[in-house]
Amino acid sequence: MKKNKTVSFVMGGLLLLFFSLPSALLAAESLTVDQIVERANLAAYYAGKDGRATVKMVITDAQGRTRRREFTILRYDLEDGGEQYFYVYFKEPADVRKMVYLVHKHPGKDDDRWLYLPALDLVKRIAASDKRTSFVGSHFVYEDVSGRGIEEDSHELVETSDQYYVLNNVPKDPRSVEFSSYKIWIDRKTFMPMKAEYLDREGQLYRVVEALEVKDIQGYPTVVRSQVKDLAGGGQTISEFSRISYDIGLKENIFTERYLRRPPRAARR
Amino acid sequence: MNCRLSCSQARVLLLLAALGFILLHPPAAGAVAPWSSARQFLADAGIDSSGFFDLRAGRRLVDPVHEKHTSLAEARLQVELNADFGWGLVKFKNDFLADPVTDDYLAEVRELSLILFPLDFVDVKLGRQVLTWGTGDLLFVNDLFPKDWKSFFCGRDTEYLKAPADAVKVSVFLDLVNVDLVYVPLFNGSDYIDGNRLSYWNPLLGRTAGRNHVFHDEDRDAFFDEDEWAVRLYRTINGIEAALYGYDGYWKTPEGFNPRSGRLIYPRLRVYGASVRSDLLGGLGNLEAGYYDSLDDRQGDDPYVRNSEWRFLAGFEHELGRDFTGGLQYYLEYMSDYADYQRTLPAGMAGKDRSHSIFTLRLTKLLLNQNLTLSCFVYYSPTDEDCYLRPKASYKINDYWLVEGGVNLFFGRDDYTFFGQLEDNSNAFLATRVSF
Repeated sequence: MKKNKTVSFVMGGLLLLFFSLPSALLAAESLTVDQIVERANLAAYYAGKDGRATVKMVITDAQGRTRRREFTILRYDLEDGGEQYFYVYFKEPADVRKMVYLVHKHPGKDDDRWLYLPALDLVKRIAASDKRTSFVGSHFVYEDVSGRGIEEDSHELVETSDQYYVLNNVPKDPRSVEFSSYKIWIDRKTFMPMKAEYLDREGQLYRVVEALEVKDIQGYPTVVRSQVKDLAGGGQTISEFSRISYDIGLKENIFTERYLRRPPRAARR
Repeated sequence: MNCRLSCSQARVLLLLAALGFILLHPPAAGAVAPWSSARQFLADAGIDSSGFFDLRAGRRLVDPVHEKHTSLAEARLQVELNADFGWGLVKFKNDFLADPVTDDYLAEVRELSLILFPLDFVDVKLGRQVLTWGTGDLLFVNDLFPKDWKSFFCGRDTEYLKAPADAVKVSVFLDLVNVDLVYVPLFNGSDYIDGNRLSYWNPLLGRTAGRNHVFHDEDRDAFFDEDEWAVRLYRTINGIEAALYGYDGYWKTPEGFNPRSGRLIYPRLRVYGASVRSDLLGGLGNLEAGYYDSLDDRQGDDPYVRNSEWRFLAGFEHELGRDFTGGLQYYLEYMSDYADYQRTLPAGMAGKDRSHSIFTLRLTKLLLNQNLTLSCFVYYSPTDEDCYLRPKASYKINDYWLVEGGVNLFFGRDDYTFFGQLEDNSNAFLATRVSF
């Protein structure tokens, strides 16, 4: 049952995971690929109207050396499954402290992204094309943070087990990404993407993204620990999420240039 | 041969030795643990703290003209403290600097500001602060806030290109347009090339000069009279960031000369400008223009004051590969009233061309999990036939320690062009920094 109509898919769900569907909706009746992917997208990215989380990353390179990152993510949805804003405020390490990464996500077209460099008081707009590059030196990529665009892959349901829907996803524009396809395991109860395996152009497995721990927060299943493994280059990144809350009443104007220079308290605490 | 070391040479050697030691024996992350407890102590008192310690040394690559061989040798401690009182924010950033090259041992306040939120849509920032706006990359059209070119050319961190100003900034955020209004009660010029540390072309002497002929200017010192205003109106329309700018004050570098005192002066200046920045062909494009209205020489016939001019900037940035970006800019200064300029030019003085254009190229490549940054920034002027190359490599040893090295290379056909005059200042530098 291959479907060509493409749907937003969200490995980043493993990173951000904000869930939004009441469990009553999780009916057992058979769903189309589109419906599964749409629900997974909502589960991973659109929990509540807004949300915040503190993220601690431990990046381990192939030689076993570790580096740490700590930041706060604020998210604001303009519309479920549609436009949304992300505000990432860095706390550690010291050389990136107070830097802010701002994303205006526009499903179906290029996102607008800015980086605020406090030492220069400079708001730097980032060219939109490099979404598959590493996020702050970790094994997560920018696209993991703000989500992979809706129309970018074709999806196929390859297996339905007791626990998971397993989907295979092929990029429509293979030149725009470093993978040839990825397989994703979606929890049938929560619609949370639990694991993703990426194949390179030779068809070799080289990247695995996994949710290690899921908790219920304010009624939303939420990933609180996730991991990316780089099987080709070696190394991995583990993210831990804490102080997670949804529907905290963030104002839309926080996601503007004004608040890059003056980070809101929700980001700083 | 004189084998005695002067006091400052000894200090330079000491700095270089310390730098060499750190480069050869990068300290473990735990070495900064004492800072963590100090930070925690301050955090408990509601004060957010951070900073770095930076050792930096550089040497000229060619024989200097009236300058020291050492272009840079300094130890710097920066401490930044922030406190949020609910009704406002206080920011304090101070540098403690030991600089044997210019024999400066000082504490410099980079920022001491109070941010208030009097209305839901108004922010006010009072005090010493670093200000910047505009779309250029290391080129400025409508950003008339003070710069420190000496720091830039001798290998300090880019942060030090932006000099602080004592100002009041009022920002108003409206649906129609956002407005930034900056008032500087006393004109604050840029730190230009005056012969201290870097040699330069002295048009009066008709040759390159250095510490033997440090340029002196007539400071503007009348508070609230010799002041500056800068305004920016900006909004985003369909993903295009558009802005209008205005400035009323003085040329930021002394573009005038007082023949009676023999000193440089800062003539009056007004600037009107606009910019747009937007996604373009898979990258980012920007356009900026400004008209520099030289109020003390509106006819263009005063040979001692720089003429009015137009400035244009066009830029494009694109990803060239994974973690590899490239940026190109074209910049033009176009003089008004050129005929009057030529007519009144004193006999024997080298005249400027009507237009002065610069191309810049920036290449940045990140390697080793983004811990190694290789970059090169090139300025090339086809009209002046001079260029300036800034290759740099920096490596993050761990979450605290960074080492970097770079070169500032100047070439020019003539000794009197902007980069050409700096040819004898070409230098290489090494640095290490620990952040906490």
